[in-house]
Amino acid sequence: MRSSVIVFPGSNCDRDIAVVLEKLQFKNSMVWHKETTLPKSDLIILPGGFSYGDYLRSGAIAAKSNILNEVIKAGKNGCLIIGICNGFQILIECGLLQGALLRNSGLKFVSKDIFVRVQTNKNKFFNKYKNGEVLKLNIAHNEGNFFTNQKHLIELEEKELIPIKYCNEKGSIISESNPNGSLNNIAGILNKNKNILGMMPHPERMADKINSDQKGLPLFLSLMN
Amino acid sequence: MTIKNEQIEKHGLKLEEYKKIKELLGRDSNLLELGIFSAMWNEHCSYKSSKIHLKKLPTKNNIVIQGPGENAGVIDIGDDDAIVFKIESHNHPSFIEPYQGAATGVGGILRDVFTMGARPIALMNSIHFGSPENKKTQNLLNGVVSGIGGYGNSVGIPTVGGETKFNRTYNENILVNAMAVGHVNKNKIFYSKAKGINKPVVYVGSKTGRDGIHGATMASAEFDENSEEKKPTVQVGDPFTEKLLLEACLELMKKNSIISIQDMGAAGLTSSSIEMASKGNVGIELNLNKVPCRENNMTPYEMMLSESQERMLIILDDNKENEAKKIFDKWDLDFVVIGKTTDSKRLILNFDDKKVADIPITALADEAPQYNRKWTTSKNKKKELKLKSLKKIKIEEALLRILSSPDHSNKSWITNQFDQSVMCDTIQKSGGDAAVIRIHKKEKAISVSVDSSANYCNADAKIGGKQIICENWRNLISVGSKPLAITNCLNFGSPEKPEVMGEFVECIEGMKEACEFLNFPVVSGNVSFYNETNSKSIFPTPVIGGIGIFENLKKIINMKSKKVGNLIIIIGKTLGHMEQTTFMRDIYSINEGCPPEVNLVNEKNNGLAVSKLINDNLVSSCHDVSSGGIIVALAEMSMASMLGLKIVKPKKFKDLNEYFYAEDQGRYLLEIERNNLKKIEDILKKNNIFFEIIAEVQNDIFEVDKTFSIKTKELFDYSNKWFKNFNAVN
Repeated sequence: MRSSVIVFPGSNCDRDIAVVLEKLQFKNSMVWHKETTLPKSDLIILPGGFSYGDYLRSGAIAAKSNILNEVIKAGKNGCLIIGICNGFQILIECGLLQGALLRNSGLKFVSKDIFVRVQTNKNKFFNKYKNGEVLKLNIAHNEGNFFTNQKHLIELEEKELIPIKYCNEKGSIISESNPNGSLNNIAGILNKNKNILGMMPHPERMADKINSDQKGLPLFLSLMN
Repeated sequence: MTIKNEQIEKHGLKLEEYKKIKELLGRDSNLLELGIFSAMWNEHCSYKSSKIHLKKLPTKNNIVIQGPGENAGVIDIGDDDAIVFKIESHNHPSFIEPYQGAATGVGGILRDVFTMGARPIALMNSIHFGSPENKKTQNLLNGVVSGIGGYGNSVGIPTVGGETKFNRTYNENILVNAMAVGHVNKNKIFYSKAKGINKPVVYVGSKTGRDGIHGATMASAEFDENSEEKKPTVQVGDPFTEKLLLEACLELMKKNSIISIQDMGAAGLTSSSIEMASKGNVGIELNLNKVPCRENNMTPYEMMLSESQERMLIILDDNKENEAKKIFDKWDLDFVVIGKTTDSKRLILNFDDKKVADIPITALADEAPQYNRKWTTSKNKKKELKLKSLKKIKIEEALLRILSSPDHSNKSWITNQFDQSVMCDTIQKSGGDAAVIRIHKKEKAISVSVDSSANYCNADAKIGGKQIICENWRNLISVGSKPLAITNCLNFGSPEKPEVMGEFVECIEGMKEACEFLNFPVVSGNVSFYNETNSKSIFPTPVIGGIGIFENLKKIINMKSKKVGNLIIIIGKTLGHMEQTTFMRDIYSINEGCPPEVNLVNEKNNGLAVSKLINDNLVSSCHDVSSGGIIVALAEMSMASMLGLKIVKPKKFKDLNEYFYAEDQGRYLLEIERNNLKKIEDILKKNNIFFEIIAEVQNDIFEVDKTFSIKTKELFDYSNKWFKNFNAVN
């Protein structure tokens, strides 16, 4: 399995992702944002961080960088893409995913461990999880408050394009367990073809047994099939 | 041109100091030179009032690679790994502009660490605010917390802990101390000492603007009503550029091209160039027309004194410019050769083909004034407290009040604004006795703790100084690590006041005793004087940042109680010291009396015994007893896991509050398995360590036998109240 992690100026979770991918023996390349060609990849990851300092709007400048043209092409051709945190923001800014990530409803940066419930495992990313499984993941963002129009929201819900929602420890999806005001407690979404995933929580931070219960690991494992 | 007295005073220099400048130059200085002298001779850069006292602190042992005097201290943690760390204050800027003040405080301390070749792996902080009733406090708290988070989160270094305290002594002078910790291969450490003649001096990073001009002089002047007009002297941070600078520097450091490197911190281009030249005993000549500027028509004076952030000065080896420039181009950062080293031993500045300054380097560095300022012994505050005459309060009532007070309540409102997990090596986040960070891809970790106890120091600076070293050491022991070394940030009032100087001298005396006894050297630090407004000093507030080591990841423990049926024992004797306790302050508003005595022999023996028990896998969880006494420490263990505790009543104490709220030192709470009790007893008895069984872990009720009982969840709710309510106001 060949993977490419795109590195923007200001990315800061690129190394964290690479550590996990290498541990799972992906053939991984780190790809600098100024590049104009992408190595052959089965999986592209847009990592978390503050690409271009989050200036202008989170992800907006990164969405215009050289390499993104290639990422967009690959995505349209069915290549698997994951955007985590700032990566999710970039996927939205470049149009590969629809909707918007607004400022957190509490108007503060939020970093903590949260729970998400797997809503559907019928996609390449979550097929190693059980439906309804509750995962402890970590979030760290200022703009993770997902918003979209009614039509898109209905489509997301009906076509099983929302793989994870914020929930409490027991799996109940309630407003108290929504850390950022996200619409319908949405923590991540898929595109129609289900080859592109954007999510705010960081699975790579829950992949090592020294500091987690490794609930982030199956996401990467499921891509190895 | 002659310099007027008024100009000298405006630069924060004394007239007799200017007289010395004239002697050193053999002539009057010009305005630019005066600015340069003022930047180098102010308290912040020259340590002129503190130097002779700081020398008393132990700074060496077999693991110290670099002590004070460099950008940061360096210690050896084995296998070629070294830890680089330092704590620094950004108090004055943060009071004027809390967000940028705090943010640039984080930026500055990060640069101190990566300048030495280390990748930063953790940030900590110690922040002190005025009383919650003070109308400025909420805004300052919000600004400082988001500033710290805004910078560290963006650069991508986890902020893993710290402390936040409130006291009206900081009403008009808050404290913002930031600590950074980095990891480096011990054979690849970079220093600031220049070497060689005719070597290129390179400016890298952000462009120079007019921000922060004379920031270092501001930090050495006390505040008055006009202080808020000083906003333009507070620098503006750009964490994005810092991240680029960090990566570019570390990339360049992999090559063999840097002779020396120094970040442009306080007093910017001035102090960085002079420090490099002075350490290397060479001269330096700069062409100021080459300095990358953000604004038009900047004068040499502005360029030399600007404190624009995210800049570095590098002295490169011959023929390495192209290779180095390529790296900075990749990261879209400025890279300009602005001068060279010379054999003149002078700082020579040229601008528009004219020499605009010419000063012997020694005049700026070695000849800087040093004062042995007058000091008086801190006032004897001994006063017997008559506890019996006070209105009795129930244990549980006092406990709930303390847990819901600003200093003791749950700090997640703050820590949830800090990314604690980025880099994926955080093993223990904030909220425990110390944070624990794994060394990347290795089977070892370090612990970090930041501590202060201004109330104790205010009551008795010497005992307070001793106590805070011990508390820091204890925190590192409590997570299972071996304490190695510390960095300190000494926040005091004006050194020109004999009683403040007395606090400083005595506090150092106490720290020295404890550091020497515990073999716990000071490897870096910072002194922040003039923390006063309208001539009112803050409480003396030394802040200690300590580092410990785990050679085995399996020995890491925390304070979460683990299993119903386990016992909790207390190590160390409870004598019932009530003066200067949280209990007396929070419940009775009594601030008089002495802090608890520190018995260094007991402290060390108890600590080493706890270490041995942890190492022998006999301890399930551990927590040190500090502010708030036994009952608060027990409540914290209980809330950490939501398991309850059944606490036994002491036999010897008539007044239970004296037992449960006393702040005697050198004590630890250890959770142990029942069947290990015998083994533990034997070890402790053999080592003459006092201990007793104090509680048993149970399901979800926190109770003292036949006295009171409350759900742990309820304790937790109390401890979570304060920040929410405080910040819900607006």
